Amino acid sequence: MTTQMVGKPIQRVEDKDLLTGKGNFTDDIKLPGTLHVAFIRAPFAHARITGIDLDAARDLAGVHLVMAAADLPAPAKGKRILLQVPNPAIADPITQEPLVSDRVAFAGEAVAVVVADSRAIAEDAAEMVMVDYDPLPTVANLAQATAPGADKVHPHLADNVAARIHVGYGDIESAFRDAAHTVSVTLDQHRGTGNPMEGRAVLAAPNALDGGITVWSATQAPHILRRALVDMLEMAETDIRVIAPDVGGGFGPKVQAYPEEFVIPICAQMLGVPVKWIEDRREHLLCTVQERDQTWSVEMAVDAEGKLLGVRGRMQHDQGAYLPWGVIAPYISTVTMPGPYVLPAYDLETQVMFTNKVPTAPLRGAGRPQAVFAMERLFDLAADRMGLDRAELRRRNLIPAEAMPYSVGLIFRDGQPLVYDSGDYPRCQQIAEEKSGWADFPARREAALREGHYIGLGIANYVEGTGLGPFEGATTQVLPSGRIMIKTGAAGQGQGNRTVYAQVAAEAFNVDISQVDVELGDTGKIPIGVGAFASRLMVNAGSAIDVSAGTVVTKMKKIAAAAFEVSEDDLELVDGTVRVTGEQGPSLTFGEMAQMASGMPGYVLPGGQEPGLFATHYFSPPQAAYANGSHAVEVEVDPETGIVRIARYIVVHDCGRMVNPLLVEGQIQGGLAHGIGNAFLEKMRYDDDANPVTTTLADYLLPDADNVPTAEIYHVESPAPHNPLGVKGAGEGGTIPAAAAVVSAVEDALRPFGIQIDEAPILPERICELIDAARQDTQEAS
Amino acid sequence: MTTKSISLTVNGKTVDQEVEPRTHLADFLRHGIGLTGTHIGCEHGVCGACTVLVDGQAVRSCLMLAVQADGAEVTTVEGLAGNADDLSPIQAAFREFHGLQCGYCTPGFLTSLTQLLMENPDIGEEDLRKELSGNLCRCTGYAGIVRAALAAAQAYKEAAATGMGGSR
Amino acid sequence: MKAAAFDYHRPANRAEALDMVGSLDNAKFLAGGQSLVAMLNMRYAIVDHLIDLNHVTDLAGIEMTGDRLRLGAMTRQRAVKDDAALAARAPIFAAALDYVGHFQTRNRGTVGGSLGHMDPSAELMALATLMDAEVEVQSKAQTRSLSIADYPMAYMTPAIEMDEMITGVTFALPGEGHGWGFHEHAQRHGDFAICGVAALMELAGGTISRTAITVFGIGMAPQRARAAEDMLASQTPGDDLYRAAADALDDLDYTTDAMASAAYRRRLAGVLTRRALADAARRAGGDRR
Repeated sequence: MTTQMVGKPIQRVEDKDLLTGKGNFTDDIKLPGTLHVAFIRAPFAHARITGIDLDAARDLAGVHLVMAAADLPAPAKGKRILLQVPNPAIADPITQEPLVSDRVAFAGEAVAVVVADSRAIAEDAAEMVMVDYDPLPTVANLAQATAPGADKVHPHLADNVAARIHVGYGDIESAFRDAAHTVSVTLDQHRGTGNPMEGRAVLAAPNALDGGITVWSATQAPHILRRALVDMLEMAETDIRVIAPDVGGGFGPKVQAYPEEFVIPICAQMLGVPVKWIEDRREHLLCTVQERDQTWSVEMAVDAEGKLLGVRGRMQHDQGAYLPWGVIAPYISTVTMPGPYVLPAYDLETQVMFTNKVPTAPLRGAGRPQAVFAMERLFDLAADRMGLDRAELRRRNLIPAEAMPYSVGLIFRDGQPLVYDSGDYPRCQQIAEEKSGWADFPARREAALREGHYIGLGIANYVEGTGLGPFEGATTQVLPSGRIMIKTGAAGQGQGNRTVYAQVAAEAFNVDISQVDVELGDTGKIPIGVGAFASRLMVNAGSAIDVSAGTVVTKMKKIAAAAFEVSEDDLELVDGTVRVTGEQGPSLTFGEMAQMASGMPGYVLPGGQEPGLFATHYFSPPQAAYANGSHAVEVEVDPETGIVRIARYIVVHDCGRMVNPLLVEGQIQGGLAHGIGNAFLEKMRYDDDANPVTTTLADYLLPDADNVPTAEIYHVESPAPHNPLGVKGAGEGGTIPAAAAVVSAVEDALRPFGIQIDEAPILPERICELIDAARQDTQEAS
Repeated sequence: MTTKSISLTVNGKTVDQEVEPRTHLADFLRHGIGLTGTHIGCEHGVCGACTVLVDGQAVRSCLMLAVQADGAEVTTVEGLAGNADDLSPIQAAFREFHGLQCGYCTPGFLTSLTQLLMENPDIGEEDLRKELSGNLCRCTGYAGIVRAALAAAQAYKEAAATGMGGSR
Repeated sequence: MKAAAFDYHRPANRAEALDMVGSLDNAKFLAGGQSLVAMLNMRYAIVDHLIDLNHVTDLAGIEMTGDRLRLGAMTRQRAVKDDAALAARAPIFAAALDYVGHFQTRNRGTVGGSLGHMDPSAELMALATLMDAEVEVQSKAQTRSLSIADYPMAYMTPAIEMDEMITGVTFALPGEGHGWGFHEHAQRHGDFAICGVAALMELAGGTISRTAITVFGIGMAPQRARAAEDMLASQTPGDDLYRAAADALDDLDYTTDAMASAAYRRRLAGVLTRRALADAARRAGGDRR
C-alpha cells in the first residue's frame, strides 16, 4: 500500500527547468536599475600599498562609485571577515579584509572596487585606477615558508606557522622498536581548484522601506554568509536576507564568506540601488580558495605477519595567506590517516604554514585525499618491500565488520571521539578485487608487456566522516491545497536536493513526489541553518524532513482519529487522504485536514491539537556518519610520453541507505572526475614569486569527457545507526581515494622501470623524468 | 564608440536591437534580450558553456560579437524543443540518464550535441567523448552525458531517416 | 572579463577592407575570432577598430590544381577538415584539422586567422611549414607572397605589415600515393600541443625518395627537421632508421615554459617523429589506414 519513494532511482524534479534554460542563477536575476562591479586586484603576491589614485576612474562616464579600503563606511571600515570555525591551535586567526587597507598578501586580493552602469564600463574604469605598491619579499611554497630565517607572510607574526596540530594514540615508540619492517616516504601533493562551472556571484538589493538588505549569492551556505554579514555590517539578523538561488556547482569553495560578499552589499547600501558582481574565470583562479598542497614525511611499522604496528611522521599544510575556514582541512587530514585499518599506534605532527598564495579551505574531499594518498602509498611501499601482494597486505589489516562500532582513538573534526558507526570494509575491498580481476592481473600485465603495453592496476581504500553537525532544520507543512511544502536552509548546488528531500517527504505522506514543493536556501524562509559541506545535507536536512514530516503525519492521524472516532492505528494515508484502513469508510483529503487544522472562526479546534499542519525540526546528529569505499583502477601508461589513460575504474561505495541510487551514482562519478583531475591533470602553478601562472582554463586542465571513464559502481549499504534515514554522505567518496588508486596503478604499470611515485598530481613530464632517473640508476649500478 | 543596429532571428523570432560592438553574443542573448539559458563559464572559449547554434552550427557565443550575428539565425537552449513545454530528444535523454547536476554547463552540451547528433547520429562512444572535449562539466563526470547522447542518437537517426527536421 | 571598447567595421569586399586597414589607427582584422575575441575579452589585445572580414565574399575557397592546394584566408577550418577531395588527395589535412580546437571553434575558425595568430602549436602553421607553403598577403599598394620560411617574425607575430591582409595560402602537395603521419602530445584532445610532429614520405622502389618532417609546439614557430630529412634520403624505411631520425633533432629550438621544459619537448619530438615516420612509411607502402 505504501508508495515507496526512498531508495528509488527517481528522475530529478530540478531537471526540466535546467534543461530548457529556465534556471535561476544569480546572474539571471534582473532587478531594475542594477549596477555592475569590477575589482582592482593586486598584481603582487606581497606588497604594501603606498598610494591609490581613484580620480580618473571616478570621472569616467557611467561610473557611480569608486572605493578603496579607506572609503569603506563604518562599521565595516577596518574590520576583517568573521572566522566561524575557530580552533585553539590557531596562533593568530587572520582573515581577509573586504578591501585591503595596507598590505596585500596574495596576488589577486581586491584593493578597490568600481561600480558602473555595466561590467564593461566598470572594467574600463578599473584600468584607470592607479595603485602604488611597494613589493615585499614573498613566500611561495612550503620550502620557503619553513626555511631558516624565512621571509614572513605576515610581518607582525613571529614566523609563518599558522597552527600546530598534534594527534596520536598508542605506544608509537614500541611499535617502531618491535617492527619487522619499516618503510618511510616523503610525499608532495599540489593544490588544485574548485572551478564550478558557475563562478561566485553576488547581487545585493537594499530595501528602502525597512533599511534591510537582500543578498543573492552563489553560496553553499546562506546562513553562514548571513552570520558573517551580521558581524560585518552590525545589522539585525532579521534585516539581512540571504538567498542562494540556483547555484552552478560548489565543491567546497563556495562555503566561506568572501570579501566580495561584503563589498557588494556595502556598495548597494551606499548607492541605494541593486549592485551585482559576477566572478569571471580569471578571478576564480586568482581569488577563490584552493586546496591540497601538503607535504607528508611518514613511516609505517609492520610486523613479520604483515600486521600494522604504527604510523608516524610529520605533515606540513600550505595554508596560503589567510584562514577563511580555520584549519579544518589539515585537521581532517590528520584524523583521516588511519582509514579503514586496525592501526594500533599513530603519531602525526602537523604544521599549518602561511604562504603568499590564495588561502586554502576544504575542496571536495577536504584534506582526506591527501591522507588517503599518504596511507595507501605506505601500504604499496610496504607490500613491495615485503614481497606481498598490495591487496593482501591491506586485507590483513582491514577492520572487520564485527568490530563495528569501532573507536579509532582520535577526536574527529566534529569534536566527538572518532567512532566508525557501521560498515564492512573487507567486503568492499573484496568486491573491488573480484570486479577488477585483481588475482589474475599480474598474468595479464605480463602478457600485455610482451605486446609492448604497460598496464597497471591500483587499489585504494578510505573512510570518510560525513554528515557533520551541528544541525540542519526543516519545516514540513500541509497546505490548504493539499500539497506538501518543505522548507529548509540546506540548499544544494546541483546535487538534486529538491528531489531527495521530496522523496523523503513523499514517503512519509505516501504521495508521489509531484505533490511536494521544496523551498531551499533562503534565510527568509527558515530562521537558522548551516549549509552544504562535508557531505552533510542528506544526514542533517534529510533527517530533519523525515522527523518533521513524521510529526505532521502523527498530528493528522490524531485529528482524523478524533473526527472518525477511531484509533490512530486504524488510519492510513492513501492518495492524499487520511482514511480508515482497508475500507471505503470515511476519509479526509490533506487539503480538508489543513483547512480543519487552521480552524474556523468561533469554533473549537478538533482533536485538541495545536493549530496548523506544520512542524519544524532541527536535526543534530550525535556524531559523524562514516562512509567508506574501495576503488580499483586499471591504467595504461605510455612510458615514452608519460601519458596515462584509464582503461577501467571500479568503485565500491558504502554510503549507508541510498535515498536515490541514480543521484548517488551521479555524485560518485562526478567526484571521481575531480579525483582523476587531482591524479594527473590539475595543477595550480605558481612561479617563484608566488604569482599564479595557470589563470585560464587553457592552462589549468580540468578533466574532459575523454579523460574520465564511466565508472563501474557497486554499492554496499550499511545503514547509519545515528540518523532516522540510515544515510551517510555521498558527495566526496568518488574523489577521496582516486589519486591514491591512480598513482598506485601507474606505478604498477611501470614496474619494469622500478619507479616510485611520491606526488600528486603525477604529470606526464614527471613520469618521464622518473623513468629516465631509474634507467640512469640501473646503468650506474651495472 | 558608436552602437550598431542588428537584426537577427533568435529561436524563430525576429530581434532588432542596438548593440555596442564589444558586446559578445552571449552577453547580448543573456542581457540584451533576456535569454538567460545561455550561460557564461569562462569567456575565453574553453569551457563551452555558452555554446549556441548559429545557422545550425554550434559556436562559442563568447567568441562571437553580437554585431556579427546580424542576419543570422540563432538557436539557444530555450529554442531546442519546438514547443517551450517540450523537451527535444537530447534534452529528454539528459533527464532520463542524469546527464546534468547543477545545470550550468548543460545548455552548451545540449546545443553542441544537437549539431553533433544531427550530423552524425551513428557516432560511437570513443568519437563522441573526443568531440565532447570542447565542453567542460565539473559535476557529472560525463557518464550521464555520454549515456544520454548515445541513447538520443537513435532519435536523431530516425528523424534523419524520415526527413523530419522539425524540432531540434 | 569584457573587451575594451572598439569601433566595428564590416567591409563588403577586399578593396574596402584594405582601405580601412590602411587608414584607421590601431585596427585589426577579425576573421573567425576564435583566438582574437578571447584575447579581446581578457584585454590581452586592445584595438580601436575591428574590421570584420566575414562579409568579404572572395576570401574563402578550396582550390586544388595538380600539386598545388590553395586555401582562401576565410575558409573555415571545418570546411578544410570536411573537404572530400582534399581528404582523398592529402588526408593529413583532415587528420591535422581534427586537432584544431574543437568542432565548435572549427565552425568559425579560419585558415587565415590561424596563420595570422601564429600560435606556436597551430596545426595549420605546421602543415604550411611541412608543405613549403606560400602565404599571399595584400595591401592597398601591392600583393606579395611570402614563403613560409620567411613568414614568422617573432613570437605570435608574422612578418606582415599593419596595412596588409592575408588572402590565402598555397601548399605544395606531396605526390600521389605519399604516406603521412601526424602526432600531437596534449593531455586533453584539442588543447594546445606541447609538441607535435607532421611527416610526409614518398617511396620509390622501396627506398625513401622524398620526406618532410615538421616539429611544432616547441618554439616560436614550426620547424622543419632538415637534418633528419637529409638522413632519411634514399634509405630503406625501418625502425632503426626512424630511431636515428629521432636522434637527429637536437638542432631544433626547444622552449621551456609553464607547461613543459625544453628537455621534455625534445624527448617528445623524438618519440612523435618515430611514430609519424612509421605511420608515413606504412601508408606510403600502400596501407592507407
